[in-house]
Amino acid sequence: MDTTSPLERILRAVALTLVVVFFMFPIFWIFLMSFQTNETILSIPPSIVFSPTLSNYAALITGKLQTAAGTLDIAFMRNLGNSIFLSVTSVAVALVLGVPAAYAFARHKFKGSEDIAFTLLSFRFAPPLLVLLPLTQYFQWLGLSNTYFGLIWVYQLICLPLILWIVRGYFEDISADVEYAYRIAGHSWFATFRKIALPLAGPGIAAAGLLAFIFAWNNFVFALVLASADKQPVTVGALAFITSSGIQYGQIASAIVLSVTPTLALALYAQRYLVEGLSLGAVKG
Amino acid sequence: MTTLHLKNIVKRYKSHTVLDDLSLDVADGERLVLFGPSGSGKTVLLRLVAGVIEPDEGRVLIGGEDMTDVDAEHRGVGMAFQNFALFPHMSAFDNIASPLTATRSSKDAIAAGVQKVAKLLKIDHVLSHHPKALSNGQKQRTALARALVGSPPLLLLDDPLRNVDAKLRFEMRLELPRLLAAQGATVVYVTQDYKEAMALGDRIAVMSQGRIRQIGTPQQIYNAPADIEIARLFGDPTINLLDVTPQKGGEGVFVELSNVRVRLADYDGDVSGKSCVLGLRPETIVFVDASAPGAIPVTVEAETPLNEKTVTLAMTARGREILVSRPAGTPGPVAGPAHIAVNGAQAFLFDKASGRLLPRVDRESKRNGEAA
Repeated sequence: MDTTSPLERILRAVALTLVVVFFMFPIFWIFLMSFQTNETILSIPPSIVFSPTLSNYAALITGKLQTAAGTLDIAFMRNLGNSIFLSVTSVAVALVLGVPAAYAFARHKFKGSEDIAFTLLSFRFAPPLLVLLPLTQYFQWLGLSNTYFGLIWVYQLICLPLILWIVRGYFEDISADVEYAYRIAGHSWFATFRKIALPLAGPGIAAAGLLAFIFAWNNFVFALVLASADKQPVTVGALAFITSSGIQYGQIASAIVLSVTPTLALALYAQRYLVEGLSLGAVKG
Repeated sequence: MTTLHLKNIVKRYKSHTVLDDLSLDVADGERLVLFGPSGSGKTVLLRLVAGVIEPDEGRVLIGGEDMTDVDAEHRGVGMAFQNFALFPHMSAFDNIASPLTATRSSKDAIAAGVQKVAKLLKIDHVLSHHPKALSNGQKQRTALARALVGSPPLLLLDDPLRNVDAKLRFEMRLELPRLLAAQGATVVYVTQDYKEAMALGDRIAVMSQGRIRQIGTPQQIYNAPADIEIARLFGDPTINLLDVTPQKGGEGVFVELSNVRVRLADYDGDVSGKSCVLGLRPETIVFVDASAPGAIPVTVEAETPLNEKTVTLAMTARGREILVSRPAGTPGPVAGPAHIAVNGAQAFLFDKASGRLLPRVDRESKRNGEAA
């Protein structure tokens, strides 16, 4: 570190600043926009100086959108609730199903286990559009279209492979001897799974759960096709702001701010688990 | 205390046979050491007994009961792992207590049991620490305490001193026999260190390539190694091995080393003319004056003083290297020409083709020389 010259340090700072500005500026701009009216947003040249307004947030929360053509009902708060419900439930289901499966794949090499695990992963290779049409048909036959149950089921395509593969790696990192030691001490395999494997893979499970949550939250196309208005999450609900009387930029911006907040809060909270999870492998025995 | 019988155990990993039709009997209260180079199948064998690996063929009997299909948690054995295998998210106390919690003992009974064994192993002051905060020696003692705490009738120790430093290993080598005797358990102990094997074992089973090559008391194995490989594994410095062809003379069988005849009192005429390997323990060779009977001329190449002994590398006239070991502090040549004398009565003859120890004529060899 002593060898870095002042010039090098300055260049590095400039490069870092550029990267941060590049990635953070849109978010910053959205944040500003959420406090502006459509008129200020569309004024040319744009200005950083403006009188902030909470009208966008007020419109979202009350569900009454004032446009030139009159008052429109929007279901943004319901969308937000749907998003939270769908993502949380999907991740919970994926954890309940995926963690034991990941343990099985990590610890028991049975015939075809690699193939099954890979098939599950391959669900993530296929573009969603590929399965969307047949899925829509099936769901109509089964009476699952436009139900939370159906959506959560489809969301498993996103969450389950992710959790399975990430958590499997964490289980594999746990020394088998540690589990053997617990078995030999007189505990059943299930007690070993609960008391040894689960706590040791805990940070990894948290990390995988977080990632799955973000993916589920950001999903657009499944919800667009398989759910109608009252079951739609925010990603689809945001389409409502493109109205016949123009695009409501201010409301879109505040909707984005509101919909980013839960994932951001979760990511910040889980950050220490992520770091802990990554450094767990260094502790042997 | 209990007995352990392994009957015709076979274990394969894919096409590789790790244990090849292996049978072994351990008596009640016996300390048996499994000794062998890495990859000889010692650890796999131990895990088979513990029940965390299943054999492809054969039976495992503990206390006369067939345990082959019994799960590990119901076998009632204690085991210490080479890499300690402590539970990283539990305190030392909880680590040690784990065999007791499985039997649903009362809190007080658990605490008393842990305290007792912790005191015995001198780790009672670190019980609240997590493994991360323990020194290597403390980790090793915690792992040992966990194996001992339930007073299992059968104790499996997988090279528990492998990952601790030399000083601690020496201390534990002295302490372990006392500890194990106090437990009164039947012990199977795995090691790669022949000194540990000799110090701890009532009997030693020498393993190589998935088979037991020789089984016997430490003295039997040291004094009559079944083949060249075992002779090489036991002893420090390593045994001298010289290609020779014994001949029959007037007073019995002899070999020639640098044109000096060395009589092999233990062997008869059967071996004469055969291609053999002569095994000479470095401590049975002594430096002598040139005028002494049977003196063989050598050149001293190098001297290595070890703690309790001095090892000298000497070269014969034909350019063969010979290691000579003598107690430290005794005088000996440092460089240049010197003479050695070899005690033919303490030499081994191995068949060069098969590597096996050739039978000696005296009574002892009939008992000891046989491999298991």
